[in-house]
Amino acid sequence: MSKPLKQIHLAAHFPGVNNTTVWSDPAAGSQIDFSSFAHMARTAERARFDFLFLAEGLRLREQGGEIYDLDVVGRPDTFTVLAALAAVTDRLGLAGTINSTFNEPYEVARQFASLDHLSGGRAAWNVVTSWDAFTGENFRRGGFLAREDRYERARQFLDAAKVLFASWRGDEIAADKDSGVFLRDPDAGRFAHRVDQFDIRGRFNVPRSPQGRPVIFQAGDSEEGREFAASSADAIFTRHGTLEAGRAFYADVKGRLAKYGRAADELKILPGVTFVLGDTDAEAQEQALLIRRQQVSGQTALKFLEHVWNRDLSGHDPDGPLPEGDPLVGENTVARGRASVRMFRDPLATAAEWRALAEAKKLTSRELVIEVTGRQTFIGSPSTVAAALNEFVQTDASDGFILVPHLVPGGLDAFADTVVPLLQERGVFRTEYAGTTLREHLGLPPFGRPGATVRTEAGAAERTATAS
Amino acid sequence: MPQPQPALHLAVALDGAGWHPAAWREAGARPQDLFTAAYWAGLVAEAEHGLLDFVTIEDSLGFQSSSPFAPDRRTDQVRGRLDAVQIAARVAPLTRHVGLVPTAVVTHTEPFHVSKAIATLDYVSGGRAGLRVQVSVRAHEAELFGRRAFPQLRLENPRDLETPEVRALVAEAFGEAADYVEVVRRLWDSWEDEAEIRDVATGRFVDRTKLHYIDFEGPHFRVKGPSITPRPPQGQPVVAALAHRSVPFELVGRSADIGFVTPRDAVQAEAITAEIRGHQAAAGRAAETVHILADLLVLLDDSEAKAADRRARLDARSDAAPAGDALAFTGTPAGLADLFEEWLAAGITGFRLRPATVPHDLEQITRRLVPELQRRGLFRTAYEAGTLRGLLGLPRPAGRYAASPAAPTTAAV
Repeated sequence: MSKPLKQIHLAAHFPGVNNTTVWSDPAAGSQIDFSSFAHMARTAERARFDFLFLAEGLRLREQGGEIYDLDVVGRPDTFTVLAALAAVTDRLGLAGTINSTFNEPYEVARQFASLDHLSGGRAAWNVVTSWDAFTGENFRRGGFLAREDRYERARQFLDAAKVLFASWRGDEIAADKDSGVFLRDPDAGRFAHRVDQFDIRGRFNVPRSPQGRPVIFQAGDSEEGREFAASSADAIFTRHGTLEAGRAFYADVKGRLAKYGRAADELKILPGVTFVLGDTDAEAQEQALLIRRQQVSGQTALKFLEHVWNRDLSGHDPDGPLPEGDPLVGENTVARGRASVRMFRDPLATAAEWRALAEAKKLTSRELVIEVTGRQTFIGSPSTVAAALNEFVQTDASDGFILVPHLVPGGLDAFADTVVPLLQERGVFRTEYAGTTLREHLGLPPFGRPGATVRTEAGAAERTATAS
Repeated sequence: MPQPQPALHLAVALDGAGWHPAAWREAGARPQDLFTAAYWAGLVAEAEHGLLDFVTIEDSLGFQSSSPFAPDRRTDQVRGRLDAVQIAARVAPLTRHVGLVPTAVVTHTEPFHVSKAIATLDYVSGGRAGLRVQVSVRAHEAELFGRRAFPQLRLENPRDLETPEVRALVAEAFGEAADYVEVVRRLWDSWEDEAEIRDVATGRFVDRTKLHYIDFEGPHFRVKGPSITPRPPQGQPVVAALAHRSVPFELVGRSADIGFVTPRDAVQAEAITAEIRGHQAAAGRAAETVHILADLLVLLDDSEAKAADRRARLDARSDAAPAGDALAFTGTPAGLADLFEEWLAAGITGFRLRPATVPHDLEQITRRLVPELQRRGLFRTAYEAGTLRGLLGLPRPAGRYAASPAAPTTAAV
């Protein structure tokens, strides 16, 4: 074989507050009860996944001046759930989004260092930045950022947190009862850091955690986002679900690493993907359409069209043609607290494109929304899906996937039971965890210790085995 | 039907290797394990084995110090700690009955975050969460955040706490704490219990008329709401505060379910209790249950002499005896039970014990003191409730925003 097989990294995203999460299905369970989180985490660990991921939202979404009620509403606190999940899992990585706008570096660093201790080295942080005053209304500093400043804020926030994580070397605690020396260094944890956004000093009171610092994730496809990830992140979450787009993104981002002195495998590229399984490909296709109809009710379709048309469409018939007239141009005032709205940079062009598509395919408003939004990424029998996932990774469209099930808590069960064994048979996915920390699962070099650039023995062994 | 309440409530305050500065050097101490989950899980399991009402978990933003307001560079005492809310969450799935009351500093943190964190602790523990609020006016802790500055306070004698500057600072910090608790509590109520309807026929996941903005505005923060987390299982998790003086006594009377107080004797206990009850009545809460738990540092052995010897050995290993806000009791479990009876008569409703060393003094509490209290009919012999509010005899309150069934006229359909 000319090229060794790449090992696939798999993660699960606990389904969140988007319409992709189907709450109306009789099998849908609680989005809040700990048992739902424990179920999904145990399933992911049973299947030897790298990690479970929790997203965050800090203000309930609104549309038309009212709290949006058609999707799942409400979620628990990220750190608290992840710390509790550490009690019901042993190896699974525990990843969460934590906002850098409505927190301070000292407290976030304390919380991630604590989580890393309490999970034995399994913590990961998806660094995001908000810039909306709407969310800011829930916070002490309420402040919001100019859109162009958000990556600078994120960069400075992450840099400050890294200063705090690095304030302990790892050998300061003697805890020697005989000599009475607890700390070898009277200045353990001391730091001082001053940049435009932060001016902090003192001593960080959490000793160095098992991973040294949490694994750092970044999400976002913009130019600044890619550069930020290349310079600072261990993994990047993307939305590129097709082979072509995935390969282009992969080549672009991996190509940026060298200038930061980083090797290509020091940044993992993990698209968020959806999937539908069936006994046969045809059955899966049929099931996929049913799920799409559950995800996009007539009302949901209208609310979605409002994001583009930027006006109230409550009187419109979802089973008829698209709304007449053009979208209102200008600041989107209909939907608040929702990142996807900002994806429609040019609503006039989007509307024209959709109108052409609807006319060509004779689609109603609801059918159009089903057509243009979120068709599942991988649909088919377990062997079809396993083959497609493997091709995606082996042809460098990604290093693995963050799977987004559509059901809580059982949405991952079938994947774990049917697809994972096929990937294991192909020798592209672990059958046992080789290490104990998330860095080890992801094949990342140990952080900040002597020999940091040397790959772990477990990672090297895994590679040798699959190459032979 | 509500179960009969025990004659007293008993909690243990967990902090590092114990509350004596030399505790970590004792034979049974595990100072290398202080930053592991297994260490905390073991301590909380021991507390649950002793049928205690709850454990508190100490926290601070800055380094521990032997001086109340200034940092030190000591290397002979335990330094460093983990986030208390996360410790509580980490042990929650491993326990079933004992209440979990982590400390959160309210001076530099966000009430929105803390509210949802404690609500979530209530979910992951099945209704056993509490919150102990703590203020920080230390100049060096403010520098960790770099958002506000506090003057460097000195405490060479008690009069230093009575200067106008310090009084103003304390009043401001506790005023902010009261606002913080108000925001946290409003956010817990910002979802009515029945807000999640999952009505497939209308496509609505929630009934948004049962979600409420809290619209809090104060000098330190404005918070719009509603919470992102639905109303927790207890409705209102339990709020506690440690109080040594009049300003914090008022916070307990106005805002808390539990006050931890530090009388030196029964006479002081009676005076403190009366003052807190006064604040409670003034806040219109006379009919509510507010527990007043006396904090005691305890060093227990089966004979007075043995306890005194151990105390002497610990003190000899430390130039500073344990910092003295709470009375230190050195003696036998039976002697401590006698003190309990005397202070209960003075109006105290329970005790939060600070074990001088862990695990020795913790096990003296759970395996010696508790059986002694049970023999005297003062303490439960089995957990009588499934939630912390239940253990404390607090009813589950209706949400403050819920439409009263007695006033149906405003129900918009």
